Parts: sequence; C-alpha cells; structure tokens
Amino acid sequence: MKVIELNKTITESNDKDAALLRKELKEQQMELVNVMSSPGSGKTTLLSRMIQDMGDKRQIGVMEADIASEVDAIRIEKLGAKAIQAHTDGMCHMDAGMTARAMRALLEEKSLDLIFLENVGNLICPAEFDTGATMNMMILSVPEGDDKPLKYPLMFEKSDVLVITKMDTLEYFDFDLELCCERVKRLNPKIKIFPVSAKTGKGMTELENFML
Amino acid sequence: MHELGVTFKIIDDLKEVANENELVEIQKVVICLGEVSTVIPEYLHDCWKWARKREPLLENCELEIEPIKAITMCGDCKKTYETVKYAKICPYCKSENTWLVSGNQMMIKEIEVPEPQEQSM
Repeated sequence: MKVIELNKTITESNDKDAALLRKELKEQQMELVNVMSSPGSGKTTLLSRMIQDMGDKRQIGVMEADIASEVDAIRIEKLGAKAIQAHTDGMCHMDAGMTARAMRALLEEKSLDLIFLENVGNLICPAEFDTGATMNMMILSVPEGDDKPLKYPLMFEKSDVLVITKMDTLEYFDFDLELCCERVKRLNPKIKIFPVSAKTGKGMTELENFML
Repeated sequence: MHELGVTFKIIDDLKEVANENELVEIQKVVICLGEVSTVIPEYLHDCWKWARKREPLLENCELEIEPIKAITMCGDCKKTYETVKYAKICPYCKSENTWLVSGNQMMIKEIEVPEPQEQSM
C-alpha cells in the first residue's frame, strides 16, 4: 500500500473553471449576475421590473437552472429578454462548468450584455460553489425575516449585492430593516444593500443605476 | 443537501489524479470535513457507496471522513469557542462580533493505492 498526499480543496477545480469563465465574460464586457434566494422571494417580479426599466439600455437575458425553476420563461420573453436554459443534471446548485456550458453560445453571439442567472432556490448550496458570475446578488424578502443573516451567513458573505424585496409589506411584518442591515454589514462590510419594492417601484432607480 | 454534487467533484478530482499518476485502482480516500461545511458525513457515505460503483477506478475504494471541529473566534474578548454549541454569539461576553476560524473545510487529504507491483492490470 502506498499513500499519496493530495491536500486538495474539493472546490478547487470548480474555482479554476469559474475564474476562466469570469475572465472571458469580462473580456466580452458581459455582466453575469448570479441571483440567489429562497423560493418565493419575489425574483420573477424583481427581474420583470428590471427588464422593463432597463431593457432599452441593456440586452438582457435570464438563465434558468432546470430544477425548481420559478421564473416564468414566457413572461420573461414577453418583456423582451432572452430566456436561457441551463442544465444542473439534478444538482442543488449551479457550478462553473454548468454555467460555462450554458453561456458558450451566448459568448460567441455577443448578443447580450446583462444576464441574470437564476440559481437554485435555497440559501445554502449555491453559496458554496462559484458559478463564474461577475456579480453575486442575493434576494431577501421582508416576510422571510431579519434573522436570515444569522442563519445563513455564508450566502451574505459571498454576495456583492443584497436586494431586500417586498418593502411595501414592511408594516405587516416584524422586520427590523436597520438591524438586518447591521447584521449583514457585520458579515460583509463591502456588500451593497438595496431595499426595494418591485411592486410600487420604490428603491428601484437606485438599484438599476447601480446595475447600468 | 448537496452531498451528491460533492461526491461527483471528489470523483472528478480522483480521476484526474489517477490520470496524472497512471493509477488503475484507488483503495481508499481520506476526506477532511469541517463540522459546519454543510456536508453531512452519513449522506456523503451513502452517495459514495452508490457512485463509486460507476467508476472502475473506485469500485472498491473506501471513504474515510476525518471531521474537523468548528471553532469561532470572538473579536471582543479574543476567546475561541465551539461553533456548533454556541453559534454566532460568544458564550463568554455575549458579543456577536465573531467569526469562524475553522470548520468549513472540504478537502481531499490523501489516497491509498496499491504498490506498483501489486497493481492488477
């Protein structure tokens, strides 16, 4: 028997794939936003609103992971964005290899410049694997509660942007916005936080200006 | 939750190592797993038992998991404590200004392979 020492991090090969994809996206000046959230956080409503508001300035695509997909492809295409199907082979998250395969044709066509990747709807697995995206965006809705940063710290640590959605429901829920932001900033001082209501439009301009 | 994905990643890595080292059989793999790595050891074992049968290289490969304790550091009182027991709040000074120093690792530590002369072709 012979022992071979490896000391290799399990995510190492994925990290390499992710770095390659990210480099290519940057060269092509394409923004790929990895959107992570729980199911029911208001992703479709938020994305629809952003497509409507930003559609004349950016060529937008929405990539969906095949399991537990919530965003309605027909609704997205009606608004003028391109729907893209990615295959997770039944996994609970997207990894860089899957994302790169789904992006291949788009990178050659160069027809889009802002792509939202709708990752699988949970707050654990998607945070573990780098997809190669140029931006990580997390969506947290008011009804989910202000204690989510305490329960799922990794997701908040990995995100560049946090969008707090359904702000129009704030008065009905026990959600302390200030406390929530404080908890998030403690985990990740660099994160940008945008409280919005995609329904009323409040806060959307700030978010969209940041994305443009 | 994502043990199957992790299993496939381990298998991909081992196939690459086997390729580089011209191995036809791996008898054992040792994985270091942090207590708060989000991977549950029992599930990983179950996935492993199923997935290894698909790969001739790993057909008889045993999986050993070495747990790594999760330790959190308190930025205010500078003490460390067990993450699993107390989570985010320091048990000594009740501060929330704490961070994980160890326990989220997922690493392939080593593999065991037959000596070159024992290796069956």
